[in-house]
Amino acid sequence: MSALQLSDVRKVYRSGDQDIAALDHATLDVGDDEIVALVGPSGSGKTTLLSIAGGLLRPTSGSVVVAGHDISGYEDKKLTAFRGSEVGFVFQSVNLVPFLTARENLLVVAEMTGKPKGPARSRADQLLEELGLGGRSRNLPDQLSGGERQRVAIGRALMNEPGLALFDEPTSALDTEMGEQVMTLIRTEVKERGVAAVVVTHDTRMTHFADRKVEITDGRLAASGG
Amino acid sequence: MRIAIRELVRRPGRFAVAGGAVTVLVLLLLFLGALLDGLFLGSSGAIRINDADVFVFSDDARDSFLRSKVDGELAADVQSVEGVESVSGLGLTLLGVGIPGEDEIANGAIIGYERGAGDLPQPPLPGQAYADRRLQDLGAGVGDVVLVGPLEVPLEIVGWVTDSNYLLQAGIWVEPTTWRRVQNTNRPDAPVGDDQFQVLVVELEAGAQAATAISDIDTVTSTTVSLTSNDTVFAIPGIREQNRTFSTVIGVTLFVVGLVVALFFALLTLERAGLYAVLKAVGASNRTLVAGVVVQAIVVAFGAFVIGGVLTWGLSLMIPPSVPVEFLASRALFVLFGVVITATVGGLVSLRRIVAIDPASAIG
Repeated sequence: MSALQLSDVRKVYRSGDQDIAALDHATLDVGDDEIVALVGPSGSGKTTLLSIAGGLLRPTSGSVVVAGHDISGYEDKKLTAFRGSEVGFVFQSVNLVPFLTARENLLVVAEMTGKPKGPARSRADQLLEELGLGGRSRNLPDQLSGGERQRVAIGRALMNEPGLALFDEPTSALDTEMGEQVMTLIRTEVKERGVAAVVVTHDTRMTHFADRKVEITDGRLAASGG
Repeated sequence: MRIAIRELVRRPGRFAVAGGAVTVLVLLLLFLGALLDGLFLGSSGAIRINDADVFVFSDDARDSFLRSKVDGELAADVQSVEGVESVSGLGLTLLGVGIPGEDEIANGAIIGYERGAGDLPQPPLPGQAYADRRLQDLGAGVGDVVLVGPLEVPLEIVGWVTDSNYLLQAGIWVEPTTWRRVQNTNRPDAPVGDDQFQVLVVELEAGAQAATAISDIDTVTSTTVSLTSNDTVFAIPGIREQNRTFSTVIGVTLFVVGLVVALFFALLTLERAGLYAVLKAVGASNRTLVAGVVVQAIVVAFGAFVIGGVLTWGLSLMIPPSVPVEFLASRALFVLFGVVITATVGGLVSLRRIVAIDPASAIG
């Protein structure tokens, strides 16, 4: 079973009298534990595709199937529940909750989705340990380095044991060395867990960490390669 | 929910502005409430202490104690009405009171009565009086002989009663002939006869309906207008207007509490739009986020109530006894509930804004 199947997906925005297609007949299949790098220039539709795949946006047409669920017609409430259980996000600007410790930033996912506390705590501790943050779990985000914050964000994305993790420019705020470390960590973590991942990046130096590269231009998925 | 509490604990400064403003408003509410209660209780104690169900006025009195005059023989007619348990007379005269050793003349309400009730003992001997503790605050003591009115009728204080004043004037409770002597000596323009009172105080049998008894009493006498105890209190000049005025000010202040909380959390929600988008993206429902805001609003309101209460208590120690304030637990509870409920409503104002936050903006 594919972790993500986009079939002929379109996302059209109305601007004045014109329809602008942010995503134009996009079809993409991401297998279980496959890492796909989605590359393209600014405004090409990368973020739109990621948002549709993660249930943050609804497509204008086409179907979106994540872990066997066709979410194309889900209503807001169902999409919220879906995001809380089936996908993990790492945002470009990390976006940790500033007044929560590293551990609490992971636990917030379980709290928001009403998961039991005990197992959630164990999982958060385990994730932080694996991410090399065992000794930093009580630190607030502003007491962590950029790389550490990014690792916490990765931990948060994996907290709900998703089948699909979505990364939006995870290395854009990091230098090359730190970026490579983070990409190595992403690859290790998702592969170890059998999680599929879509990594949006404009940094072609990072694409070799993916199993496959998909290019997007003007909302159209163009080509793919290893 | 826990995230909201953690923010309050770890970033209390963020809520200081709203908390400070609501604290000041709580202080104002508690003082306004204490003033209202002080004025109300201080004005109506002489009526409430009788523990009566009905007061019978003469029909030309327009519900005023001072204008009313009833003959003692009417008591028998009233007593004959079905449901009436007991009838007694009451007379009231407002006069200055000279307290030994005090230069200032105190304001007193000399009240002649026939029947003790509740905290009011049976009438003392002629020439003696039970005085309200307000007179003690003004310098009088048991055994003192106070001089009443311009013609200085002497009355010996033989004990105290509490919460028995009339129009903020110290209640001085005497038996009927003493009251008539005080009245006729000092107010020859409004003399009372040997068996006359100003009103009759009626106690009804258990289960008797006040409305029915009032109608029957006024029918039987044909010269009286009877009121329930509550209506008698509100017939005191100015009481109703005073209550309405204070209640309006208190209501407006509570509205301002809601407004402050609503504005504060509306601004905070704008500031948190990015954070809420992220939380929505990771699975937080609108209900969870709104509940967090409401919890914060309630905690801010409760904290403001506690701090405002402590400040009020501190300031109350500096209030001179001449200011009629009464700090009642029931009023404090009213303020607490009022503030918490308006803060909750204020917090809920952010609902629309939170619902409108697009989780997709977390990734854009």
